[in-house]
Amino acid sequence: MQSLLKFITCGSVDDGKSTLIGHMLYDAKLIFADQERALELDSRVGSTGGEIDYSLLLDGLMAEREQGITIDVAYRYFTTEKRSFIVADTPGHEEYTRNMAVGASFADLAVILVDVTKGVLLQTKRHTRICALMGIKSVVYAVNKMDLVDYEETTFREIEAGIRQMAAEYDFHSQFVIPVSATAGDNVTQRSEKMLWYHDKTLLEYLETVDVAVGEEDGFFYMPVQRVCRPDRTFRGFQGEIAGGEISVGQEIETLPSREKAKVKSLHVLNQSVEKAGKGRPVTVELDREVDVSRGCVLHSEGDIHLGKLFSCRLLWMDDQKLVAGKNYLLKVGTRLVPATLMNIKYKIDVNEGTHIKSERIYKNEIAVCDIACSEQIAFGEFKKNKILGGFILIDRVTHMTSACGVIRHPLRRDENVVWHEMDINRQLRGQHMNQTPKTIWLTGLSGSGKSTIVNELEKLLFAQGRYTMVLDGDNIRMGLNRDLGFREQDRIENIRRVAEVAKLMNDAGLLTLVSFISPFRRDRERAKNIVGEDHYIEIYISTPLEECEKRDVKGLYKKAREGKIPNFSGISSPYEPPADPDIVLDTTGKSLEESVTSIMEQLEKYL
Amino acid sequence: MEKMSHLEELEAEAIYIMREVAAECEKPVMLYSIGKDSSVMLHLALKAFYPEKPPFPFLHVDTTWKFGEMIEFRDRMAEKYGLEMLVYTNQEGVEQGINPFDHGAAYTDIMKTQALKQALDKYQFTAAFGGGRRDEEKSRAKERIFSFRNESHGWDPKNQRPEMWRLFNTQIFQGEEVRVFPLSNWTEKDIWQYIRKEEIEIPSLYFAKERPVVFRDGNIIMVDDDRMRLRPGEEVQNKKVRFRTLGCYPLTGGVESQADTLDAIIEETLGAVSSERTSRVIDNEAAGSMERRKREGYF
Repeated sequence: MQSLLKFITCGSVDDGKSTLIGHMLYDAKLIFADQERALELDSRVGSTGGEIDYSLLLDGLMAEREQGITIDVAYRYFTTEKRSFIVADTPGHEEYTRNMAVGASFADLAVILVDVTKGVLLQTKRHTRICALMGIKSVVYAVNKMDLVDYEETTFREIEAGIRQMAAEYDFHSQFVIPVSATAGDNVTQRSEKMLWYHDKTLLEYLETVDVAVGEEDGFFYMPVQRVCRPDRTFRGFQGEIAGGEISVGQEIETLPSREKAKVKSLHVLNQSVEKAGKGRPVTVELDREVDVSRGCVLHSEGDIHLGKLFSCRLLWMDDQKLVAGKNYLLKVGTRLVPATLMNIKYKIDVNEGTHIKSERIYKNEIAVCDIACSEQIAFGEFKKNKILGGFILIDRVTHMTSACGVIRHPLRRDENVVWHEMDINRQLRGQHMNQTPKTIWLTGLSGSGKSTIVNELEKLLFAQGRYTMVLDGDNIRMGLNRDLGFREQDRIENIRRVAEVAKLMNDAGLLTLVSFISPFRRDRERAKNIVGEDHYIEIYISTPLEECEKRDVKGLYKKAREGKIPNFSGISSPYEPPADPDIVLDTTGKSLEESVTSIMEQLEKYL
Repeated sequence: MEKMSHLEELEAEAIYIMREVAAECEKPVMLYSIGKDSSVMLHLALKAFYPEKPPFPFLHVDTTWKFGEMIEFRDRMAEKYGLEMLVYTNQEGVEQGINPFDHGAAYTDIMKTQALKQALDKYQFTAAFGGGRRDEEKSRAKERIFSFRNESHGWDPKNQRPEMWRLFNTQIFQGEEVRVFPLSNWTEKDIWQYIRKEEIEIPSLYFAKERPVVFRDGNIIMVDDDRMRLRPGEEVQNKKVRFRTLGCYPLTGGVESQADTLDAIIEETLGAVSSERTSRVIDNEAAGSMERRKREGYF
């Protein structure tokens, strides 16, 4: 039975990664004839003139071939007499570092290319750090382009010393430094005749024989539950892949987070009933009693698994948007998906020197140490001991982007004095928490124009979209908060001022505030706008004409006003000043409520 | 504990992916194209959820030009395992008489790519399993296991979501979908070895047999029914041929072979000098043609 080695190749731009792998496949006659034909065809039309360009074998995307760089990870599969290989060829360009990390998270070993004419570069250091971060324990440094320095040993030894010094800070199980020429093929699959001073294995020989499992133990049984299998009422099985240790029928296990004990009643590896199963097997576990277990829970026995909400982690930021403490994400660890808040950034780790830098903000491709708080108790492990329950991703709740990947360092307890990032919990953060931008939507218009009815419908729609809202209605406010105010000019001004201040408070709380007030004077609305803040204020003018409002006269107020029983009635005995430049205008005459609300919603979208 | 073999590791990975999709995605479907990769996918789905049936339907996009035997095979499998098998054909294309002889690349677009998009829209699937493998073609080698498609089902290769460890991010927006490739890390050789190990039933077109064929543009095309149009000078001959991939018979090239057992096929495949897509006529058009079609929504 052949073993499988998953490895990645990485290095900086033009180090020749793709060429190295291409050469390995080519020499070992591992490429199929038609790919070879396509390769030669591509080379002839390409810019390399005459010779076969091996990198064309791997750089599969059109943009990559046009630009001559690798953008994304390419996976290649080959088998020699000694071993099967999956190689992920990863991009070296800084902009695509996250794609390199994708390859690293998949691999057991990394081949890092170093250009002998340039030595250890910033990218070499960064890639080494990322490989270590993602859990790779075996690293090969291929010092490439030896042909350009006349295959000189002294040049190689200098660079080798630099590499060993750099790699010393990591806890790699194995390291190997080898001089090669990817284009000429020296020491790739065949021993170089130009470097007789080199006596060790060729690159391929090394890859065929290296043991990457060194230092790994079988350990205790644990399994994150992927799904509950319920074909009928008599059977309830928990399906998942055994992440560590082994399990057998009759064995007692514990459920997490519910902490119940139960014994294994039956065990299936796929469709086969078995007595026991070990690490890596996809199983269905049936227990002897009812337990509170669903997707995202963990079954284990005597495992070193933590149960809690707080942990310290190291993460690689991958999003174009910068990381800011206080934001809420979806966190996935094992099979569990929970809302989690990035509480604070402890420090940033300089990718070159490994020094800790105090920082408030983390940008794409940077590594940081942070504290995270989950909204519920979850089962997790420490990455260095438990890769499956120790690695996590953060998903942006708005863009759905995988914003970061991280590894758990250790749990934190409340009494360990976990400090929140020194920040103001402000309007923006509260809004982010609710996935919305707080705004005040101010509806103005004559009595009977339809403001209140529209506002009620509008709120229902916004609510259905999952938004958090609050309505401030003129009549209601006058009965409560503004009970002490009459209809004189100073009262009217005070009335609007208070409403605007309340709307602003509601916005600060993260809410979308809908205000339905006649607010007939332009000056009053201007003041309200200033209080709320121009950027947060949306003005909707319900422009239903006076004749129509008076015709409706739902509350009989127009009649009374015409009879002179109500002084200062807007539109009759007091002027109504229409807005000069409202954001949205709607005349409800001849429109159904649904039409009116739909029209407003369509126009409102762009402001929310 | 016994170490897992290479094939067992690949099997476990595919099953892990299928279970993740079934648990996290709202409305998954498994695309079923009747070929050997689909047969492996179906087999894995039956094992993954046992003793439950696969908790999603299967979808076959029928161009109406498949080998007759494929259709029989499909219906027999659906019956045997009690699957919900949805069959979709682009009726508009049929009415317009779109066929592989007159319409070339447009045929593939209308009857396969467009038909698939229509079917996904019709049933509002949010996740679709495909049997694609990374060893098939250069742009596929770059594709993630969870491959996100925008509202018009297009793929953006320069902006793929990072896929870390096995922590798949399945979050999508309304109208978007994700294509999932559980066999991403399998090679053609792995597929054949798995078929042998698990004794998976596949259509007999994969086995060499005397069949009526014509030689056309360097390909061997089978005359599967009387709709086959012969070009001047072409003569139907009986040759012992087999097929390395199955699709629309006028577009699927066979190879002359004596391999009429699984072992013989595997032996031929392991010593193969041309990778399997060579016999799929459309892929030879130009380097990058596959990527272009994927961007447009091809599987």
